[in-house]
Amino acid sequence: MLRRMLAATFCAALAVTTLPPAASAQVQAQAPAPNAAQPGAGTTLNVYNWSDYIDPYAVSRFQQETGIRIRYDVYDSLETLEGKLSAGRSGYDIIVPTSEPTFARLVRAGALLPLDRARIPNWTNQDPALLQRVASSDPGNRFGAIYLYGTVGLGIRVDRVRAALPDVPLDSLDVLMQPENARRLARCGIAVMDSAIDVLPSVLRWRGRDPNSTDAADLRAAEEALLAIRPHVRAIIASGNIMDALATGEYCVALTYSGDVIQAQARAREAARGVEIGYIQPKEGAQLWFDMLAIPADAPNPEAAQAFINFVLRPDVMAGITNHVRYPNAIPTATPLVNEAVRNDPNVYPTPEMLGRTFVATQLSAQAERARSRSWNRFRAGR
Amino acid sequence: MRRLQLLVPALWLAGFVALPLLVVLLLSIAQPGPGVPPFLLPFAWDGGLVLRPNWEPFGLLVADDYYVSAFLQSLWVAGGTAGLCLLLGFPMALGIARAKPHWRAPLLMAVLLPFWTGFLPRVGAWIGLLRDEGWVNGVLRGLGWIDAPLPLLYSDLALFLGMVHAYLPFAVLPLYASLSRLDLTLEEAASDLGATPATVFRTITLPLAAPGALAAFLLVFIPAAGEYVIPELLGPPEALLVGRALWQEFFQNRDWPVAAALAVALLAMLILPIRLFQRLEARR
Repeated sequence: MLRRMLAATFCAALAVTTLPPAASAQVQAQAPAPNAAQPGAGTTLNVYNWSDYIDPYAVSRFQQETGIRIRYDVYDSLETLEGKLSAGRSGYDIIVPTSEPTFARLVRAGALLPLDRARIPNWTNQDPALLQRVASSDPGNRFGAIYLYGTVGLGIRVDRVRAALPDVPLDSLDVLMQPENARRLARCGIAVMDSAIDVLPSVLRWRGRDPNSTDAADLRAAEEALLAIRPHVRAIIASGNIMDALATGEYCVALTYSGDVIQAQARAREAARGVEIGYIQPKEGAQLWFDMLAIPADAPNPEAAQAFINFVLRPDVMAGITNHVRYPNAIPTATPLVNEAVRNDPNVYPTPEMLGRTFVATQLSAQAERARSRSWNRFRAGR
Repeated sequence: MRRLQLLVPALWLAGFVALPLLVVLLLSIAQPGPGVPPFLLPFAWDGGLVLRPNWEPFGLLVADDYYVSAFLQSLWVAGGTAGLCLLLGFPMALGIARAKPHWRAPLLMAVLLPFWTGFLPRVGAWIGLLRDEGWVNGVLRGLGWIDAPLPLLYSDLALFLGMVHAYLPFAVLPLYASLSRLDLTLEEAASDLGATPATVFRTITLPLAAPGALAAFLLVFIPAAGEYVIPELLGPPEALLVGRALWQEFFQNRDWPVAAALAVALLAMLILPIRLFQRLEARR
């Protein structure tokens, strides 16, 4: 799963061998002058978001405009977030869970507060087509607004992969999943993110099956495909660690999140050591995921939380966030405000045609999830 | 006064050992389900006490060979780590115990000092050393001994390096304690009577250090059996230990009862060697 585990903790120890880490997203702005005109001014809003996942300027601006103080806290894995929320009384007002599996599970468990759209007039800025895609996790879009989204695909070292596979078009999961290709790439390094829920659906789709299938035969087919390339896979690790290693050029091919690849690309460029990273969104159809803005059912300050969601859904604020973290947002009117290089990069903003071929994961039963975990363990073990 | 002295440890044990253990035991026979928190307690109050224990988690542990293999792998890693720590720690402890008195404190300090730095930075340092673009591969390549990087990270080698490095002080300290108290006149008497140094070591030093060695082994073995972070960060993908299985149940399958059952089983498995140790001690 999304274990960017402990990556941040390692920055100090790894400083000698890796690139400079991106600036921490931990934001602690001073308390602004209370604005008496705003409801909730002077109160505190507890935001719990992914690390490195916001524009720090957006936080300070919200504080200035509303007089609401933000206490900003970060997590590096969905497990951390879900663990805290499952225990109850987390104390957070805003959380940013991924649509599947965490957001959908929280919706089902009744752990979220329904959003009051009357208090979120900017709600209508969101692309209805994208909201529709989230509806499988949250029927009627009652509990979450789309923060940012992305796909699952292949991060590649363009020159090395071209050299190893001169006659293979670089547009499909074939690059990794055809055993012959994997064999030829093995020496320069293959990594797969350690996350059954983010890898198995793509492999199922590549085998021409339903990506959300719980059928045992389908699962076995996906497992066989993975086992066939297993001898050539160097690392099955957390996506955050893949991002670091991709940026230093340690792996040739990595199956991971689009945004991580794009961040690795930017870091590799900064380092200027001749490592050129590219992203392949599989033409078979990539898994689409959404990070959702949501409010825990027991949030201490839901008023301020709604105000925050409304603020973030403003086109200018959203554009700033996308410019900073290089993930696309779901607000079409924000797109013209995004830096040209970012908005014209089809790996950041998929074209409508590419978006049409994506699929979303759906909620599985507990038994189906355990079956997937088992299957994944066999892939890890290589038997 | 005597009672008061007992009160503090008793309260501590009740509040921080017995109570959490009871919670884990209750959880392990609870009913999983969606909700916050994601389980239903094994008892309810409905006019009277209603018991509804769920024995499936323990059934699953026995029925699914995945858990059995996880336990066996954990035992293997913990045993290997404890053995290696003993092998390395014994000469170290002996060296420190036989060093000139003014040298002992600094030498012990050298063993303990790395232990005081955070655990994660030390594991992180191993990643930095062993990765493909890391220092070890860099030096080997610079010397021209290899032309492609050796896959050092995510291997059994990295796993055991990290484990031994993390747990070595647990072995050295009890070994040093027993070796430094050892009566040197016994060794002198043996060699005066014509024993070779090897015989002295085998028949005098080793048996007298045995309790310390056993304690050292257990002090490493027990925490190593439940270790999660080091195998996850340094070990090969095929290392699926109990810690990992537990993590997976808790976070991925969100099945807290099975996770709790695993914790109970691990505890039961670790109590066994401790009881054995106490028996051996009592017989002395």
